[in-house]
Amino acid sequence: MSATVRIYVPIDAAALSVGADAVAQAIAREAQARGIAIELIRNGSRGMLWLEPLVEVETPEGRIAYGPVAAKDVPSLYEADFQSGGAHALLLGKTDELDWLKRQQRLTFERVGVTDPLSLADYRAHDGLKGLEKALSLSGAEIVEEVKASGLRGRGGAGFPTGIKWKTVHDARATQKYIVCNADEGDSGTFADRMLMEGDPFLLIEGMAIAAIAVGATKGYIYLRSEYPHAHKALQRAILKARNAGLLGPSVLGSGKAFELEVRLGAGAYICGEETSLLESLEGNRAIVRAKPPIPALQGLFGKPTIVNNVLSFAAVPWILTHGAKAYADYGMGRSRGTLPVQLGGNVKRGGLIELAFGISLREIIEGMGGGTLSGRPIRAVQVGGPLGAYLTAKQLDTLMDYEALAGIKAMLGHGGIVVFDDSVDMARQARFAFEFCAKESCGKCTPCRIGATRGVELVDRIIAGTERPKNLAVLRDLNKLMTDASLCAMGGLTPMPVMSALDHFFEDFDRPPAPELPLAAE
Amino acid sequence: MAAYPAWDDDNARLIIAGLAHLEGATLPILHALQDEFGYVDPKAVPLIAEALNLSRADVHGTISFYHDFRTAPPPRRIVKLCRSEACQALGCETLVQELAREHGIVVDEHGGPDKAVVETVYCLGNCALGPSALVEGELIGRVDADRVAALCGARQ
Repeated sequence: MSATVRIYVPIDAAALSVGADAVAQAIAREAQARGIAIELIRNGSRGMLWLEPLVEVETPEGRIAYGPVAAKDVPSLYEADFQSGGAHALLLGKTDELDWLKRQQRLTFERVGVTDPLSLADYRAHDGLKGLEKALSLSGAEIVEEVKASGLRGRGGAGFPTGIKWKTVHDARATQKYIVCNADEGDSGTFADRMLMEGDPFLLIEGMAIAAIAVGATKGYIYLRSEYPHAHKALQRAILKARNAGLLGPSVLGSGKAFELEVRLGAGAYICGEETSLLESLEGNRAIVRAKPPIPALQGLFGKPTIVNNVLSFAAVPWILTHGAKAYADYGMGRSRGTLPVQLGGNVKRGGLIELAFGISLREIIEGMGGGTLSGRPIRAVQVGGPLGAYLTAKQLDTLMDYEALAGIKAMLGHGGIVVFDDSVDMARQARFAFEFCAKESCGKCTPCRIGATRGVELVDRIIAGTERPKNLAVLRDLNKLMTDASLCAMGGLTPMPVMSALDHFFEDFDRPPAPELPLAAE
Repeated sequence: MAAYPAWDDDNARLIIAGLAHLEGATLPILHALQDEFGYVDPKAVPLIAEALNLSRADVHGTISFYHDFRTAPPPRRIVKLCRSEACQALGCETLVQELAREHGIVVDEHGGPDKAVVETVYCLGNCALGPSALVEGELIGRVDADRVAALCGARQ
């Protein structure tokens, strides 16, 4: 009798969305029918989303990948002896040697897809908790110094230096401090937070625990968007396991330092990705943006000093503590140090998660890794950085992925999402959508955003309809300037970015003969 | 499909009391009520206000701010369809038009408690495998109009 075979089928929501559960069931069923002993592990996704469901088999030579596997392929996989890595039409080869993975520099995502996300033993066996153990041997100030020296900047979009934020909270005197994770990943085209929370939730817990130890906080919240039910489940289970193992609770890893962590669900409001509105929501209020100052680092949740960081910022910290600030800072370029988990989506042949040091060009990512459009048509526009990011042309793709390089062409890196559009896209409609989205999701506190977004929809409608185009275009530019300069937060302040980029780079779409039928009226 | 019990003040009070000790308890309470009853009845407003020592206006304001909270019993089934940029790049707007033309399903139009509804959402985090839909906690990638209609259980 042969030994038990380990088979991996992802439990990541993207893999589930194309049938991973049915594949897992078929694999278990067939194994039983054939009398083959298997151990089925539901791992995170490797990030090669076009190959999902990606099934891996552990062999003495390493893990062998097959994909994309449908449930109906499973009997033929057994017939091909896939449990020993046998040849099959869906055989991709050794996972670690697949070009798409080999070209990446996975630090934050080193375990995602490799381990069982909810096995703390597996987490430890793959270098987990070393960062926290290191942190517990340092003083708070030393931890903060390490994070500062790594050059880590907030991965949520604004790119604020994480170490400086931590230092502010560290130096603040208060009876209570909080650690808040912004997991309200609302930007279209981004899914790295989700993949990490589903694929390696202990890493986020470890990163938040390190932050708590560093600044003397005892309570943490993960504010998760309600559109992520799978991540919610994974986090709740992971927190429970972490508490049972003494990684959370009154004495973190026996250090005598307390840290409690809770997941809170959002309720479908995009604005909650803005940190002050997120804090209002956590407090139970309407998520109305707060004016800054005071900054949340000094007066955050319930008025107490609070670190608010994105999932990927916290998740980068354990690696930094484990391997040292310098090792992290050795990756990257200019003032963008370390790696960036890029999310490639939209109309692209090979979409997924690509973690790389800052400084790779958009073209290498979209054409080299992504293989161009899914439709096979030419790329016309690429939106980088979510719904508030600029639309770039195919000619601008040699720009490097770097905070400053993108800012230099009036674009932004944001949370690292890239959405590809082919030549069927109508950029005037995309501009209209940017305003429409802002109108729906504005918190309503400041006038430029609340009123400006609705006026913007009307203006673009008039331009599309051909009504007094030169005049309306002038008003549109004026409105954009006003929203940029006078909005309270990035929602109103950056909505002009996609609009202006569409206008500047794709003016022909605003200059077409009007369609015979009128577009839909404004909201 | 989940069948929800009718609104019940006593049961609602129990749910509220069980969560009132949390910091910033309003959202957890609203989610728990909606999970139990399928919606948050306006009768919950004074109950929550009293338990958390808030004004009714505060509670009402919170409920009305968020897209997720419903104040009337839910439709038979909700299919959340992503209509943000990554899914637009993969034709979700054409899908919306096809749904109306071929299947008589108008997105975001409610037809009463025994009808399914397709609701617009912005991003389900499945941007490389769109267009995407979320039905009763299940994420579905690469959907087309026929699939969405089938999810609604609509006659073609």
